[in-house]
Amino acid sequence: MSLKLLSPCGILGYGFPIESFMRGMEYKPDAIVVDAGSTDAGPHKLGSGVAIVSRDAYKKDLLPILTESAKANIPVIIGSAGGAGARVHVEWSLSVIQEIVAEHNLSHRKTAVIWADIPKNAIHNAVDANDITPLGYSVPTLTHEDVDECTGAVAQMGDEPILRAIEMGADVIVCGRAYDPAPFAAIAIHNGCDAGLAYHMGKILECAALCAEPGTTKDCMLGIIDGDHFDIVPLSAQRICTKTSVAAHTFYEKDHPYLLHGPGIMLDLSQCQFSENGDGSVRVTGSKLTRPEQYTIKLEGATKVGYRSFVIAGVRDPILISRLDEVEQAVKAQVQKYFAHLDENSYHINFMNYGQNGVMGDLEPVTELAHEVGVVFEVIAPEQKLANDILSNLRSTFLHYGYTGRKSTAGNLAFPFAPSDVPFGPVYRFSLYHLMNVPNGLDYFPIEWVGGANNGNTL
Amino acid sequence: MATLYELAKVLRSKNSGPFEVTVDILFEHPEYYEAVKASGLLTRETVSRLYHLPLEYINEIVFFDVALGIKITYARAISSGTIFDRDVYGAQQHAPILGIEIDVPLIQS
Repeated sequence: MSLKLLSPCGILGYGFPIESFMRGMEYKPDAIVVDAGSTDAGPHKLGSGVAIVSRDAYKKDLLPILTESAKANIPVIIGSAGGAGARVHVEWSLSVIQEIVAEHNLSHRKTAVIWADIPKNAIHNAVDANDITPLGYSVPTLTHEDVDECTGAVAQMGDEPILRAIEMGADVIVCGRAYDPAPFAAIAIHNGCDAGLAYHMGKILECAALCAEPGTTKDCMLGIIDGDHFDIVPLSAQRICTKTSVAAHTFYEKDHPYLLHGPGIMLDLSQCQFSENGDGSVRVTGSKLTRPEQYTIKLEGATKVGYRSFVIAGVRDPILISRLDEVEQAVKAQVQKYFAHLDENSYHINFMNYGQNGVMGDLEPVTELAHEVGVVFEVIAPEQKLANDILSNLRSTFLHYGYTGRKSTAGNLAFPFAPSDVPFGPVYRFSLYHLMNVPNGLDYFPIEWVGGANNGNTL
Repeated sequence: MATLYELAKVLRSKNSGPFEVTVDILFEHPEYYEAVKASGLLTRETVSRLYHLPLEYINEIVFFDVALGIKITYARAISSGTIFDRDVYGAQQHAPILGIEIDVPLIQS
């Protein structure tokens, strides 16, 4: 069985060269599949219901995808629509798609949506039934309180609901949160391809040209499955794939280099062989897939933990740099005293010293002092106004703090901006990152036709 | 002697989900990969020492011969993007291992 998939870019809305995309269309792909999601940018996207990219950027990418796929009469599958893939993100994506459909007379294209929101009562029941496992050493055991407090939960879908939507005849499939390779794997499995090759190729294609040299998520890539192997084909003359670049990509963002766990699957890449075809493309064989008896889905949920205000400034005085930690702690103590009427544990004051250990904090092994240090003062409090007020006091206390041995008595901070203080808004944490045992890969991912797309079909 | 940073073609860190960071060390030359593997220097204990992390935070270190690559994964004390995190993508956490010295001659290019 053979199949060609075009992956336009690593995240829908990141942009791609239209020349690469059209070159991909010349290969007459069987489908266009694009991943729109990631948890990389932190819990804020899921918690606050915002997208990773702007609406204009999303629409700009979707326009050639929707119009060219309609001309070629091939399906389009979008994974983790809107970024985090919750209902609000999927609805935002649908509004962009419907705008393009109206503007370009594409209403004949049947659009299906697959929701990935997991009802809280189902998670509560799973907690009681001991069907929940933390996904990682530092993930706490899930409690009913965690479930109540989170803003909502999604789970990554596997190939099953997407395969169902393809079988139903959908032309455009908008998935809520999905395992990144699953939309690619679903269409390949539908076409009779080996599931191991399908998932492995999906794992590579979901980042588009990131597996090429030079690597980028902002260029297109073609994947071709043929029998017992697949080829990864760059679509820009500026890039080639090498054995190392493609093999290296199997490592990317995973806790293990050759054993990959997904919803209802385990992918074993230990026996894979990578070879160069001589034209910039790379051939892969030997990807193996197993389907564990117990189906698990990965829950993702975010909880609001407070509101942030911060200030960015520079320090250039050598005496202050040599005593920076000590001065920061003294300033913090003075601020806590000023706000003595507040519970000290109800708010947080945090210092990040760039040039010292800004990037790694306590994990930083280097101790030499730099000639200048960039500082970020951060306050987290239960309300934005309180965070602003504490930060204002923190900034002014530090600016004029008379530390021992000070020669630079006019001010301790160089502010690059006026005003200096930035009210940031809410801060979240990932509170759900757990596996949940489920009966199968379909029950929690309902499929729905969008608008009048059913054309007599039933769900 | 050469440092890991000199020998590696790719040396990077990245989140593996919001609660883990994973460090990849990939080589172009099999000689370098074999020398690093044979040195026995890349252990959970070494990573624990260099990152100031308790041993139980560090997963098994995996050597993947086919890809000439080594993977180190450790649990984050602070999850991605919440209070006190300093690297939301975990993309700049590879520095502590750069200076590990390996006894192997550099190949002249």
